[in-house]
Amino acid sequence: MGLLTNLRDSISRVTDGLFAADDPKRIGIYGPPNAGKTTLANRIARDWTGDAVGPESHIPHETRRARRKEGVEIERNGRTVTIDIVDTPGVTTKVDYKEFLDHDMEKDDAVRRSREATEGVAEAMHWLREDVDGVIYVLDSTTDPFTQVNTMLIGIIESQDLPALILANKTDLPGSDVQQIANAFPQHETIPLSALEGDNMDEVYTKIAEYFG
Amino acid sequence: MPGPTPDVDGDDTPANDDPDGGVRIDMISGARMEGLTGMEKIRLILDGVRDGNIVILEEGLSPDEESKLIEVTMTEISPDDFTGIEIETYPKAEAGDQSFLDKLMGRESTQKLTVIGPANRIETLHKDENLISTLVSRK
Repeated sequence: MGLLTNLRDSISRVTDGLFAADDPKRIGIYGPPNAGKTTLANRIARDWTGDAVGPESHIPHETRRARRKEGVEIERNGRTVTIDIVDTPGVTTKVDYKEFLDHDMEKDDAVRRSREATEGVAEAMHWLREDVDGVIYVLDSTTDPFTQVNTMLIGIIESQDLPALILANKTDLPGSDVQQIANAFPQHETIPLSALEGDNMDEVYTKIAEYFG
Repeated sequence: MPGPTPDVDGDDTPANDDPDGGVRIDMISGARMEGLTGMEKIRLILDGVRDGNIVILEEGLSPDEESKLIEVTMTEISPDDFTGIEIETYPKAEAGDQSFLDKLMGRESTQKLTVIGPANRIETLHKDENLISTLVSRK
């Protein structure tokens, strides 16, 4: 039974890919909290549509709902690639409201924020299993990439056979180490960038067109 | 063969009831997990962790089960009670030993020792491809 189900799912994935090639791909922007996912989503959206996706903040879990920007048309090498960007909450296995108290928040606000953050992470995981066609995985290149969340998420993405582009963000900061990220995930291509400063976005757009077009 | 219920110790005693405040560790074999559904595995893990135990899985979880574990963990976090889990496995090795048929049929090799504990009691000191070093604190 399981064998037949797996075979059916495999065939379904292949045929879906063949017949839906021209539909806009939903590309999820994933990564740990504070990696710069919303800054990147806003950079892409502003560059190609003029609008932003959501507010950016240095406080973890600023994004607590997945936000979608539809119909982002990216032009590369004479052709146009249309994608829907899904900016997702940073994934973690733990949320403690006390951490928000360090950001000058009252307890009630911190508890509410932590509750919304947990709902957002659960939502992000659901999107990853059900609703995205590809993943841009954003990492802060000034931090250690060998974390369990990164290991698990990359494993989940690979198990779903989703195309994945790994971005080493925050190259404008001292201590940025792109090679460390490349070493952590050698099976994937790693592209350096600063979403905040807009550095190396040309290469990012070329790779988005290549991976998700 | 796995038991019929996801209760690890098979009795009704409260977990981690050591009067000296010791740390209970449940080491769960692959055989024990084999007959459980994904949700039963997650329940088995989270029930143990929420009781303050450290759970060690001989063969780990599949990526899909890990995804659902994160999702269910998030729904159970509550202020001043449960802040989530700390989970550690060895980084995934290159999956070069998987056959084409295994990949086609979606069969994944998940055999990786996995340590899971309450987020407020377990701290990872060091992790690389061959070593996971963690500090477990008492309540």
